[in-house]
Amino acid sequence: MMRTEIVITIIAMAVATFFTRFTSFAILGSAGISPRFKRFLKHVPTAILTALIAPTLFAPHGYIEISTGNSYLIAGTVATLLAYFRQPPLVTMGGGMAAMLAIRGFGINLF
Amino acid sequence: MKAKEFFEGIKGTLPIMVGVFPFGLAYGIVAQSIGLTPGETLLMSLLVFAGAAQFISLPMFSEGAGMAMIAITALLINLRHLLMGISLAPYMKGLSLPHKALLSFGMADETYAVTISRAQAIGYSAAFQLGSNVAGYVTWAVSTTGGILLGSRISDPLSWGLDFAMPATFLALLIPRLTDKCSLLVCLVAAGVSVLAAVTIPGKWYIIIACLTAAVAGGILEGAENDEN
Repeated sequence: MMRTEIVITIIAMAVATFFTRFTSFAILGSAGISPRFKRFLKHVPTAILTALIAPTLFAPHGYIEISTGNSYLIAGTVATLLAYFRQPPLVTMGGGMAAMLAIRGFGINLF
Repeated sequence: MKAKEFFEGIKGTLPIMVGVFPFGLAYGIVAQSIGLTPGETLLMSLLVFAGAAQFISLPMFSEGAGMAMIAITALLINLRHLLMGISLAPYMKGLSLPHKALLSFGMADETYAVTISRAQAIGYSAAFQLGSNVAGYVTWAVSTTGGILLGSRISDPLSWGLDFAMPATFLALLIPRLTDKCSLLVCLVAAGVSVLAAVTIPGKWYIIIACLTAAVAGGILEGAENDEN
C-alpha cells in the first residue's frame, strides 16, 4: 500500500538526488580540463572520504573528544592500523566493528 | 560490454557492502517505526538510493514536513555528488549521455570510491563501474527489504555498535589511498577542517567545505612540487 502524497515526495527526493549525481557529467561533457584543475580533481576522492568520517571519529557527539573514552576514535584507530598494514577491507571493517562491540557491548576498556 | 570487468566491479565492491548492509537494515526498521508502509520504504531505496538523505527524511516524514522541504534537504545532503561527478567526469567523456545518466544514477559514496580508485590505479572502465553500481544497488535493496521484514522484531542494529560499520568502511577505502605526501596532507587538512566545521556550522556543509579546502591544498602542493622538478 502506498499513499499518493508520500510517493510524490519520494519521487521529488529521487529527482533532487539524481540532479546532484548527473549534473557534473552533463555539464562537463568533453570540455578540456586545465592541468591545475586536474591536480585539484585528483585529490577529491581522498578529501571526500576523509570529510565523511573524520567528524564521526573525532566529534561523535557534536563536540571534539580526543580521549580514550571516545569509542569511535579507539575503534577507528584499530581499523586504521589494520588498513595501514595492508589487511583486506573485510578484515579492516570486521576488526573496527569488533573493537566497537567489545568497547560498547561488553564494557571492555582497551586502555 | 566487457563481462570480465563487470564482474571485477562486483567483486571489488562486495567486501565494502558488508558495511552498507546494517544501514539498509536500520533504514528499513526505522522507516517502519515512523509509519512508512513497506511499499513506500522500499520505493525510496529503489528510486533515491542514497542512505544519508533517506535516513534524514524519516524524522521529517514523521513530523509531517512538506514535500519541498524534504526534497530540498535531500538535495543539500547530496551536493557532495557534484564534486564526485566533477572528479569522475573526465574519465567518462567518451560515453553517450544515456550511459552517463545510467552510471551516475548508481554513484553512491562507496561505488564512487571503488570506481575512481580503480580508475586512478589501472584505468577507468564503464563496465567495472556498472558492476560496482549493481553490487551497491542490489545490496541496498536487499538490506532495506531485510529491515522491512524484521520490522520491530529486533532493535535498531545501529544501536549495537553497528553504526561504526560506516566509518570502518570508509577507512578501508581511504587508508590504502594515502601512499604519498600529497594524499596524506589532503587527508589531514580534510580531517581538521571537517571536524572544526562540523562542530561549528549546522547541517552537512562541513563535507563540501572540507573537501574543497583539502583538494585545493593538495592541488597547490602538487603543483609546487612539479615546479621544483
